Amino acid sequence: MPDYQTHEHDVLVVGAGGAGLRAAIEASRAGASVGLVCKSLLGKAHTVMAEGGIAAALGNVDDRDSWKVHFADTMRGGQYVNNWRMAELHAREAPDRVRELEAWGAMFDRTKDGRILQRNFGGHRYPRLAHVGDRTGLEMIRTLQDHGIHQGIDVHMECTITRLLKDGDRVVGAFGYERERGRFKLFRSRAVVLATGGVGRAFKITSNSWEYTGDGHTLAYDAGAELIDMEFVQFHPTGMVWPPSVRGILVTEGVRGEGGVLRNNQQRRFMFDDIPENYRAQTADDEEEGWRYTQGDKNARRPPELLTRDHVSRCIVRELKEGRGSPHGGVYLDISWIKDRIPNAAEHIKKKLPSMYHQFKQLADIDITREPMEVGPTTHYIMGGVRVDAETQMSNVPGLFAAGECAAGINGANRLGGNSLSDLLVFGKRAGEFAAAFARHETIGTIDDRQVDDAARQALEPFDRGTQGEGPYQVQYALQDMMQDLVGIVRNEPEMRRALDCLARLRERAASVGVGGHREYNPGWHAALDLHNLLTVSEAITRSAIARTESRGGHFREDHPDKDAAFSTVNIAVRRESDGGMAVSRAANPAMPDELKSIIEEMK
Amino acid sequence: MTTTATFRIWRGDSTGGDFKDYATAVSEGMVVLDAVHQIQAEQANDLAVRWNCKAGKCGSCSAEVNGNPRLMCMTRLNQLDLSAPVTVEPMRTFPPVKDLVTDVSWNFQVKKGIRRFKPQPAGADGTWRMAQPDVERVQEFRKCIECFLCQDVCHVLREHQMFDRFAGPRHLVYAAALEMHPLDSENRVRDLKDAQGIGYCNITKCCTKVCPEDITITDNAIIPLKERVVDQLYDPVARLFRMVRGGSHDV
Repeated sequence: MPDYQTHEHDVLVVGAGGAGLRAAIEASRAGASVGLVCKSLLGKAHTVMAEGGIAAALGNVDDRDSWKVHFADTMRGGQYVNNWRMAELHAREAPDRVRELEAWGAMFDRTKDGRILQRNFGGHRYPRLAHVGDRTGLEMIRTLQDHGIHQGIDVHMECTITRLLKDGDRVVGAFGYERERGRFKLFRSRAVVLATGGVGRAFKITSNSWEYTGDGHTLAYDAGAELIDMEFVQFHPTGMVWPPSVRGILVTEGVRGEGGVLRNNQQRRFMFDDIPENYRAQTADDEEEGWRYTQGDKNARRPPELLTRDHVSRCIVRELKEGRGSPHGGVYLDISWIKDRIPNAAEHIKKKLPSMYHQFKQLADIDITREPMEVGPTTHYIMGGVRVDAETQMSNVPGLFAAGECAAGINGANRLGGNSLSDLLVFGKRAGEFAAAFARHETIGTIDDRQVDDAARQALEPFDRGTQGEGPYQVQYALQDMMQDLVGIVRNEPEMRRALDCLARLRERAASVGVGGHREYNPGWHAALDLHNLLTVSEAITRSAIARTESRGGHFREDHPDKDAAFSTVNIAVRRESDGGMAVSRAANPAMPDELKSIIEEMK
Repeated sequence: MTTTATFRIWRGDSTGGDFKDYATAVSEGMVVLDAVHQIQAEQANDLAVRWNCKAGKCGSCSAEVNGNPRLMCMTRLNQLDLSAPVTVEPMRTFPPVKDLVTDVSWNFQVKKGIRRFKPQPAGADGTWRMAQPDVERVQEFRKCIECFLCQDVCHVLREHQMFDRFAGPRHLVYAAALEMHPLDSENRVRDLKDAQGIGYCNITKCCTKVCPEDITITDNAIIPLKERVVDQLYDPVARLFRMVRGGSHDV
């Protein structure tokens, strides 16, 4: 075996966003030696982009809130295919995780009596999101980063893992490369926590950065772990649509939480036109009531703009299809209208939504305090991921843990805004805690040289083909266009069958991709290696979406537009077969205990 | 509106390099980072550049555009003169790694040397109370996205290379956020003078001018910290007071 740079840790955490940092801190606190690997510099992970807030039933603004209401909201938002135990743990533990951030230096906006302020968000019954203006993710990642750097964690920045290494059934390490010099790294560890985020780069229009290539999903899948719920992709209703170069960049739901409304080109608030039955009782009857809700009136119900993201996205698609869109193919999101309702509206907007103001001013020459924004759906999040045990976050592969977006369960068919940041904290902590506990009782495994040499050889293949091969970006763009067109917001079986054929051809193209230059900081090489991950998650999404012959949450089938009770208690699972094929199956979601059932009934 | 513009991009590594011209199509709304990505995809797959959010929130794509320290993702092409080549080069204060990527690891080491947040004991209910105006004062500093453009223009670092004696504006902003945090109980004043070398800053405010988050670095963060250093370490009356009280923890 050639001389790889080798590192040994009790726990190796892959990914340094909210979940990875929180896991690393917890594992380290438990006494484990921890290695933390991230593809970018520390503090740049996608968590930094989160805007709206962290959902936690602190009850600071409305004391009717409790973990039970949060639990019921999460289950309703997920259309009841969530892992109920994860939803329960999440709702119970989120408040402590938020208070803990404050003890580590986070500075949330305050209520009048000096407590953590909470704001309204889609699908949450009461004001629940602890926030810092519209840059909550930055506050969270910086707090974790600044706390974590004093914990004795070894951080390996700008390093990408390409393969997990096993000793028999157990995961005992990982193989990857560091970007700067292109050298290979071998990590030996007793446990591995995946916290790699999502898959947004598989689609053309996305709010996600280059990092979101489904690495953790694919690493786990290749190592034999089961993925579930991959058909549930969240298309956030409000991404920027103009100018073209910013298409997909997120416009926070906080705009609607602060009173922003959606209108079509006839100035109609079209969200009032279609209110799903299970939300009718919680939704405002008219514009006046909706406005009162956003201003904190406890007797008012929420405006339909704050229905769940899957529903709002589909309503926007409907408006676009029926020709009622804005000039650049979106609809209007207007916060400037509140000047008719409150004094100093412009100042208020700048204070509550500073980065949105900044973003539109600088990138689109739009002053959101004076004119409406144009917005449309953008690929934002995947509910599906590694199937994990609710308590420990361990997958079906011993020693392999997952937390945050790359793990599945908490969100079911649709995630509520604000539940992601709390998910990262709650399950990041649990993954770190239980990975450390697992590591305490395990030896460092044996990694046979062939596994490592094979991973190294495979990683260098694009160089062997050199610039005669097709460029990696062309294949990536073709994949993104195809997934956007055929497996997007509105799906049907014939198109998805076509997508599978396209994926097979794209795999062949990916296998002939070549890159020039040398190994030092070579983005072309990195993009070539990412293709395997993007293709794997795209196939998992497509196959799972074909298998779920109903519509639920983020998964909408025009050939099966209704919910089907037969699917209400199952998750679609995919697993790698020994011949390399992808096996799809239905996994039963265990029955909910009566105690939780009655909570859901009570909150209906 | 599609036209062609030329981007003069620095290509090289730690051993040296040179500018290379790339012509590429530009269209409405594009930013410098879009042009760099287009060139990377079509003409130079191995062109090294850091980026993440593409919306001015992560602070990864710092570079010098026509000589000005900027985030490439927030620099619109319609703000630039496209009749001449647009030069794009890495931050010059930090050692080059490759092309537009520099070695900024020094910043991470310096930050570790600043004492962490140490909260006062919580109230009876286990939580803290803070007033919004007190929070806002510190929130300004916590907007920092660690793009290190302020470090790039600071002449103490850029010209005088005093990396071993001066922490730079970013880390003074960081220290200010901790020092002015209403709940913090740590004292960093002696460190600010000795370890972070706050005295080397002579308030030319170059850092404030380039901050993409509009943090008033010099006036709101550095000057108040300098005042604390003077008050606590140089003021003879305070010194005498300390001698009489016999403690040093009162600063």
